[in-house]
Amino acid sequence: MVSKSDTLNGVVKPDLIPTATTLSSIFSLKTLKLKTKQKELLIRVSILCLVYILAFITRLFSVLRYESMIHEFDPYFNYRTTLYLTEKGFYEFWNWFDSESWYPLGRIIGGTLYPGLMVTAALIYWVLRFLSFAVHIREVCVLTAPFFASNTTLVAYFFGKELWDSGAGLVAAALIAICPGYISRSVAGSYDNEAVAIFALLTTFYLFVKAVKLGSLAWGLASAFGYFYMVSAWGGYVFIINLIPLYVLVLLITGRYSMRLYVAYNSMYILGMLLAMQIRFVGFQHVQSGEHMAAMGVFFLMQVFYFLDWVKHQLNDIKLFQAFLRITVTCAVGVGAVALGVGTASGYISPWTGRFYSLLDPTYAKDHIPIIASVSEHQPTAWSSFMFDFHILLFLFPAGLYFCFKRLSDATIFIVMYGLTSMYFAGVMVRLILVATPAVCLISAIAVSATIKNLTQLLRGKNKVALSASGKGVWAINLCLSRRMGAIALLVGAFYLLSRYATHCTWVTSEAYSSPSIVLAARGHHGQRVILMITITAMGNRTVIVDNNTWNNTHIATVGLAMSSYEDEAYEIMRSLDVDYVLVVFGGVTGYSSDDINKFLWMVRIGGGVFPVIKEPDYLVNGEYRVDKGAAPKMLNCLMYKLSYYRFGELTTEYGKPPGYDRARGVEIGNKDIKLEHLEEAFTTSNWIVRIYKVKPPNNRW
Amino acid sequence: MEINIRKHGIYILLISLVTLSHLSLVTSSDLQIVDAERRIDVISHIVRVYLTLKVENTGKSSASEILLAFSPEQAKNIANLQAAVVIGKKRKKTYLPLQVNPTDLPDSPNGTKYFTAYLLNPLSTGESVTIEVLYTLTHSLQPYPVEISQSEPQLVYYHDSALILSHYYIKRQKTMIRTPSNKVESFTRVEPADRKGTELKYGPYEDRSPYSYSPVIIHFENNNPFAVVEELIREVEISHWGNLQITEHYKLAHGGARHKGVFSRVEYQGRPSGSGVSSFKNLLAKLPPRVHSVYYRDGIGNISTSHLRSDFKKSELEIEPRYPLFGGWKATFTIGYGLPLQDFLFESDDGRRYLNISFGCPIAETVVDNLTVKVVLPEGSKNPSALVSFPVEQNLETSYSYLDVVGRTVVVLKKKNVVPEHNIPFQVYYDFHPMFMLAEPLMLTSVFFLLFLTSLAYLHMDISIRKS
Repeated sequence: MVSKSDTLNGVVKPDLIPTATTLSSIFSLKTLKLKTKQKELLIRVSILCLVYILAFITRLFSVLRYESMIHEFDPYFNYRTTLYLTEKGFYEFWNWFDSESWYPLGRIIGGTLYPGLMVTAALIYWVLRFLSFAVHIREVCVLTAPFFASNTTLVAYFFGKELWDSGAGLVAAALIAICPGYISRSVAGSYDNEAVAIFALLTTFYLFVKAVKLGSLAWGLASAFGYFYMVSAWGGYVFIINLIPLYVLVLLITGRYSMRLYVAYNSMYILGMLLAMQIRFVGFQHVQSGEHMAAMGVFFLMQVFYFLDWVKHQLNDIKLFQAFLRITVTCAVGVGAVALGVGTASGYISPWTGRFYSLLDPTYAKDHIPIIASVSEHQPTAWSSFMFDFHILLFLFPAGLYFCFKRLSDATIFIVMYGLTSMYFAGVMVRLILVATPAVCLISAIAVSATIKNLTQLLRGKNKVALSASGKGVWAINLCLSRRMGAIALLVGAFYLLSRYATHCTWVTSEAYSSPSIVLAARGHHGQRVILMITITAMGNRTVIVDNNTWNNTHIATVGLAMSSYEDEAYEIMRSLDVDYVLVVFGGVTGYSSDDINKFLWMVRIGGGVFPVIKEPDYLVNGEYRVDKGAAPKMLNCLMYKLSYYRFGELTTEYGKPPGYDRARGVEIGNKDIKLEHLEEAFTTSNWIVRIYKVKPPNNRW
Repeated sequence: MEINIRKHGIYILLISLVTLSHLSLVTSSDLQIVDAERRIDVISHIVRVYLTLKVENTGKSSASEILLAFSPEQAKNIANLQAAVVIGKKRKKTYLPLQVNPTDLPDSPNGTKYFTAYLLNPLSTGESVTIEVLYTLTHSLQPYPVEISQSEPQLVYYHDSALILSHYYIKRQKTMIRTPSNKVESFTRVEPADRKGTELKYGPYEDRSPYSYSPVIIHFENNNPFAVVEELIREVEISHWGNLQITEHYKLAHGGARHKGVFSRVEYQGRPSGSGVSSFKNLLAKLPPRVHSVYYRDGIGNISTSHLRSDFKKSELEIEPRYPLFGGWKATFTIGYGLPLQDFLFESDDGRRYLNISFGCPIAETVVDNLTVKVVLPEGSKNPSALVSFPVEQNLETSYSYLDVVGRTVVVLKKKNVVPEHNIPFQVYYDFHPMFMLAEPLMLTSVFFLLFLTSLAYLHMDISIRKS
């Protein structure tokens, strides 16, 4: 039929005729039998599909166990902005001034957030709506993280394939699908920037490695767009813009400079930088901030290298060239150093931020910025967290590094560098385990895949060995047999380890990472600040003073000052801040230990950092923090203590204990007779977890 | 006040909805009420009045209508009015319902409002008939003091007349008022008046002329939950695959005396009998039997405090809002449940389908200020028509659910001032061809079929231009 119509139209292409014959032969059953290559493809696609689905459903524990909802503070804020975006459209969103956040300052939403996540969720929502799936935007937001985790597995497969082979890719996809380090930030409902950022991060790296391998402009541009997406999604893009120059530098030093690298880096850097400037929150930081200067330096270095290469091509005299090289390099370095010095001195290039310093020097934050140190996920990582989040990958990682070094290429150098740097950062800060996870999974996958491949080749090769060995005697056969046995034992061991890994991951996911914290209406992963006023703006449509504004130190310190002062002093502060209600989280009845009293010391530290009136020792007795009779007098009378324990002394919490027994701290409280003068109890929940107080209007003077 | 103005609006609406032009009115002299008895029940926040009238025709011509008179304040708050004629004596009493319509008289004294009850058989000269009237009043108990603290009980005013307002001459009448407890602060005395326990008695009064009125105020304690649903949206979604999904969005408020000052958890938990007596912390919803997949949530998520008891006659869902409701406090939440379709969807004789389900709010003893019932018919249904036994506002909408192409027809019924008496079934008729049930499965199957077909073709075709 097809060939006939072709001839009728008079456009017979010679290539089309064989196509036509294959088309007609499809319908005979015989050809439906798959060839080996097709079988392999089928298996690969099916495994990938299964991994894709697995990555999605393993993150649904929280939805199944609790319900489909957004967890914690930041995700709730993101959800609120996404809701606004879908209701009002992009331009309204971009220009949104949210007067309810960060009261009384307000917040310019478009200029102070990374919009990638919201735009992504809104796009998914609009597409689904177009396909007449009547989903609610909340469902989309809840499931964005699992969906992107699934996509990450696909990227991991291609990355693994690029680094080693398709087998390693499959293993990498499977490992990253269930790795707890990644799951912790991408369960259903944790609608945070990291959810899409890891996908963007890995995509950018993959595309860049591909670009370096092929020297293709197209891949370079693609990686620039990947970088753009990453910049729009998460502040962690700084890692990319520092790692890639570092990688390029290493390649230059090790003499692996090539035209491919030149094309890849330049296209990626220039376009990526221009695109990143479109994000208002980032703005001109790429040319003005100290954190981005490494990339620019390497960019100029590349030009110098290219120029030198060209000169070398022109000059045939080696001696002359070396003299030239020395002068040029000195000049280039000198000019660069001077430019940097002038830039920094004149204030054009901003110095490194505290957050950046705290990455390089783990003790920095503790001494200088208590607000960053107060956030629990900014603490240095305990070794048990590594074990918890990586399990056997921790042991496979060095093995993978060995294989990478054994087969060194541009791509493996990249993954080695990515793995080592991110592991260092993961050690500095708990939350950066997330960034290390893809690298660890990829490197471990190489170890697993290479080992298993070697072992199976040993097993498969047995027939030939046995045949060739038949003439040589029993000894050789024995050797061969024992080798086979050893291989089988190792394989069984590997499978046992991998199955343990799978069990561990499932257990961790279901037990540790899937409980939404707003079930307790508290926890606030951004430290105690949030706990004060968690999610009220989002849920109750109320204006809130402290919501996660970790930027404006003074603002938060003022609230810290109020909470750690006596009531009448605090009243003045609250009046000046125009406060109507104060909310505290209290765990004395239920024994919930991350309440405001336990986090109070951080509040004192942050307040004390700005207002020297507050001194930490005033709240301690011999360096000990206590709330019972032996507590410091300032502690017993500060606002936080009063608000938490108001009328608590009349309540019997536990049988056999005196009234006013605090179950979270296991002591009888020291001040049972608390009188409030300027505040009154407005509401307390049935388990006393949330207590709300109303600030009374000033007394009438007449 | 605002509520009253709204009620007034409803009343005008009701009048305008009446299409029947009323017949010539019988003059007041023709009929007289021989004996009238009124029982007013103010136990909950919904006031129920049972009126028994023995009407005699003393005129020359026969009468077929009886006018019921109400003061304008009361008429605004009437949510429901039913009348029935009583046939037979004591033991063998049967009630035959009468048609009742609001009526306007051109020169009514002091703005009196009327309802006309149409008798089944005209009442000829000298004959008498007994009719029973039941009407419910909402927002008629006025809290005083307007604001109370946590430890105080809730006191309310009830305004009425000791004499029954009537278009006719009343020979003998008496009024009984039942209060929730014997804590009555004060009541207006119109002799003979008497109070015994929880019952106040006015009368008997003899020979009162038409439009006699004697205002009384009763000030008493009423701590029963004043649960007012400010807005309720009920969505009934029909799936011909066997399920009826009902979703109810509530905006609940405590309509009693407003809470003043502090809320003390110690007091509330320590002395349940003396603290926050007028507040309520749980509500009971009566759902149909065989209810399944019940959920109870709000904007934050699932609210875990609820219990479901079900037997073969009914299901009872006990829900607790996130916090106890004090006067003036509000709570919003959503209840959803599924029901087996065969209990509610039937096929009529002419081949049309009809849904038969209860109209009002399932929560016991609540007033719904604004009720919207949305019946979402399956995609492809035609000619919907609703049959409700009281006046409601009707219109049609279109909604889109999963994989809908043309959208589903939604029959929207709106009514204001709804009381538990409105929990009676209504019907929605529509035409539906079973073929439409297969549309969505077929769509999905074909998409997957195409997907597999393309991958099959891709695997077997060589689409490269050059031969390698």
